[in-house]
Amino acid sequence: MAQPKYRPGRNLLAFLLGLGVLFGLVALAGNWKPALGLDLQGGTRITLTAIGNPSASQLDEARQIIDNRVNGSGVNEADVFIQSGRHVVVEIPGESRRDLIDVVQRQARLGMRVIACSDATGGAAATRCSGPGATKEVPTPAGDADKALAWREAPTAEWVAKYNAATCPITGELPEENDDPAKPLVTCQEIEDPTGQKTYAKYLLTAAVVEGSDLNKAEAGQEPNAVDWLVEIRLKDAGAKEFGKVSAALNANNQEQFAIVLDGAPISVPSMQSGSLSRVSSITGNMGQAEATELATSLKYGALPVAFDKETNAETVGPSLAGDQLTAGLIAGGIGLGLVMLFCLVYYRGLGIVVLASLAVAAIATYGMVLLLSETAGFTLTLPGIAGLIIAVGVTADSFIIFFERIRDEMRDGKSMRVAVESGWVRAKRTRIAASVVSLLSAFILYIFATGVVKGFGFALGLSTVIDLAVLFWFTKPLVSWLAHYKFFNGGGRMSGLSTETLGTDLVTAGGKA
Amino acid sequence: MGKFSRIGNDLYNGKRSIDFVGRRTLWYVITGLIVGVALLSVIVKPLHFGIEFTGGTEYRISDLSSAQASQSSADEVRAAVADTGFPEAASPTVTTVNNDALLVQIENLSTEESKTVQEAILAALGDDQLQVSQSDVSASWGQEVAQRAGLGVLVFLIIVVLFIWSYFREWKMSVAAIVALIHDIVITIGVYAASGFPVTPAAVTGLLAILGFSLYDTVVVFDKIRENTAEMSKTRLSYADATNLAVNQTLVRSVNTGIVALIPLGAILFVSAAMLGSSSLKDLALSQFVGMAAGVFSSVFVAPRVLVHMKSGETAVIQADRRAKARARNRAADPYAAVVPEYRENMPVYDEKSGRPEGRR
Repeated sequence: MAQPKYRPGRNLLAFLLGLGVLFGLVALAGNWKPALGLDLQGGTRITLTAIGNPSASQLDEARQIIDNRVNGSGVNEADVFIQSGRHVVVEIPGESRRDLIDVVQRQARLGMRVIACSDATGGAAATRCSGPGATKEVPTPAGDADKALAWREAPTAEWVAKYNAATCPITGELPEENDDPAKPLVTCQEIEDPTGQKTYAKYLLTAAVVEGSDLNKAEAGQEPNAVDWLVEIRLKDAGAKEFGKVSAALNANNQEQFAIVLDGAPISVPSMQSGSLSRVSSITGNMGQAEATELATSLKYGALPVAFDKETNAETVGPSLAGDQLTAGLIAGGIGLGLVMLFCLVYYRGLGIVVLASLAVAAIATYGMVLLLSETAGFTLTLPGIAGLIIAVGVTADSFIIFFERIRDEMRDGKSMRVAVESGWVRAKRTRIAASVVSLLSAFILYIFATGVVKGFGFALGLSTVIDLAVLFWFTKPLVSWLAHYKFFNGGGRMSGLSTETLGTDLVTAGGKA
Repeated sequence: MGKFSRIGNDLYNGKRSIDFVGRRTLWYVITGLIVGVALLSVIVKPLHFGIEFTGGTEYRISDLSSAQASQSSADEVRAAVADTGFPEAASPTVTTVNNDALLVQIENLSTEESKTVQEAILAALGDDQLQVSQSDVSASWGQEVAQRAGLGVLVFLIIVVLFIWSYFREWKMSVAAIVALIHDIVITIGVYAASGFPVTPAAVTGLLAILGFSLYDTVVVFDKIRENTAEMSKTRLSYADATNLAVNQTLVRSVNTGIVALIPLGAILFVSAAMLGSSSLKDLALSQFVGMAAGVFSSVFVAPRVLVHMKSGETAVIQADRRAKARARNRAADPYAAVVPEYRENMPVYDEKSGRPEGRR
């Protein structure tokens, strides 16, 4: 064999080093207890009250959107349900999740609008509204670029008057039409200069050319070569077509600006740098990662069909499971694990020690990953999640069983242990990878398609499969190879688990090592 | 142990073998009966869906003292509500709110029954003057969740079928694996219906996890089948015999994996059923326990059987069968032709009387 000499010791060391790094990261995060789910530690219960008399289907739609929002990023495992036909109740694990109220309640009506009048920019937009405005009412349906561009050239007198009457900042109750993408909009943008001085720019905007429902995708990302975060949005075909017309018209006209408006307030007033902008664009601003992610999530999951009272009721709720359940579950899991270990020791004898060590290492790695993911991805451990991890013990042990049975089979064919370990590994490895791919697929799809508890369970399942593979490849296999050098194992002693008696063969192996 | 491992060796070299594949009708009838009983129990005793699917009633008991709104009194209320004996109230969710209120959620009850439950709650709190407000709650697991889960399962099945097909280069293995999977799922649902455990998100989770495990287990067995049948012309075994040998050779693994996977589940199931009243732990453990047991069973009895059945029409398989038969016939005709031993160096010499190797040991 021309391969470099296999050094199991090095692999072992590298794996243990990796484990050390994992726990180093956990120590940096400084949290040694995993975040527990709603059922185990309670959480925050947010009650939203609908304004007016929404229909049952509207409420249910709102419920779904809110469900997507709170469960859309990370693994929050929130429960969302409707109460008494007018409240939407959101239960989120963790007592201090009031920060999610905003995400839950946000309307997130996005509109890209063309600027008709403005006191900020020079040129046509600044002068257009000094006159009385057009008398003829041109209808401006949302999503029609041609009509919006025409309206911009000749805004109606009614709206010019509104624009001229408004002073920035607009105080008090915002007018109703702020939320209507089919109507023009008078609005102010707050501009903060480097000294912290606030100034305002006043705009008269056309009806929205592109709305939130035209979005295909919204994703938080970072600008290349910059620290600022932005939200990249991709438009659907129809929206992209309309936006393409606007970008062509505005770019031809001295790279004019347009406005991206969220819930009636301009969040960005970019100028058109290219005439062929259509499908992909982005919203920038002084955003951090959290803000950008939040905005992207809100945009992606659309506007709520129901308006909710601004006053939300947030309460702290206790765990929904009795305290003894977790203890009972853990005790049961412990007993089960103990029995599994006992079985492995009795059946595999010396090799059983390898099983115990591998299971222990897998448990430690899993715990570390759970801690790390609680901190970074909002992963919470629910009772089903814990059960999932305990179940994974069986599947983890199976990888050793496949491997050991292969070694035995190879030895039954007359190979010595040291040879059998290597040739058995080649075959066991293939089987194990194929089988693990199936497990990973199921975990991945549970995670992608499900919400709430199932999502978390899929996550736990996938996590344990990956850890299992890592332990098998980088710990169990090198350990067995390494142990195969020792007489206790390759000598065929009674306690090694590989004696001729345990194998059930009486065949004396070639080479005389029996 | 020695005796058991002797069986392991015999199973491996084919000296002893259990005929999993041979008796087609017998195994089909047995599995058909089990699946039939499972289906029947679903029809006779439909699944009992929990509050997450059907919606229900929420009772809010406000203005409590901090002792009344504690975790321990929540536990007492939970027990008291479960003890009222209505199946709809068998698994209540009881949580504390802000240290001054309790929330109790159960499935919908008649007015009369609802009154009994409220009285039980107040009795457990030791104060019958408390205010109980009642409101409806919707299902948190609506149609959308079901649709998405359904879509997920569909996507998963398609991907897995393609994966097994590309890995084994044999679409019939995909089909056999899916048949075994359906077998496992039907049995699990049947046990759920028969036991009357409520179908909760935890139970559904368990069922979904079975999808992965069932196929995982089948893939392991199929891998050995492929290995044994890859060079059929060399081994001179018929396809059915080679498959049967593979199943026997992996039997020790199947049994061991079954034991190792079922022990922790059994412990959880036992503890949660015996010590705790209702719990999502119990629901999850039951679906997993039954599903895993069925998964091991089907990977031994169902999947290889179906595979052999499907393959029996292929030319290569028919030819191999013919060769194997001819070989057996020749052996019967000329008993000496079959026993031409292959000599190797260091081959042990067997003592004729004891059957044990001479010399060493």
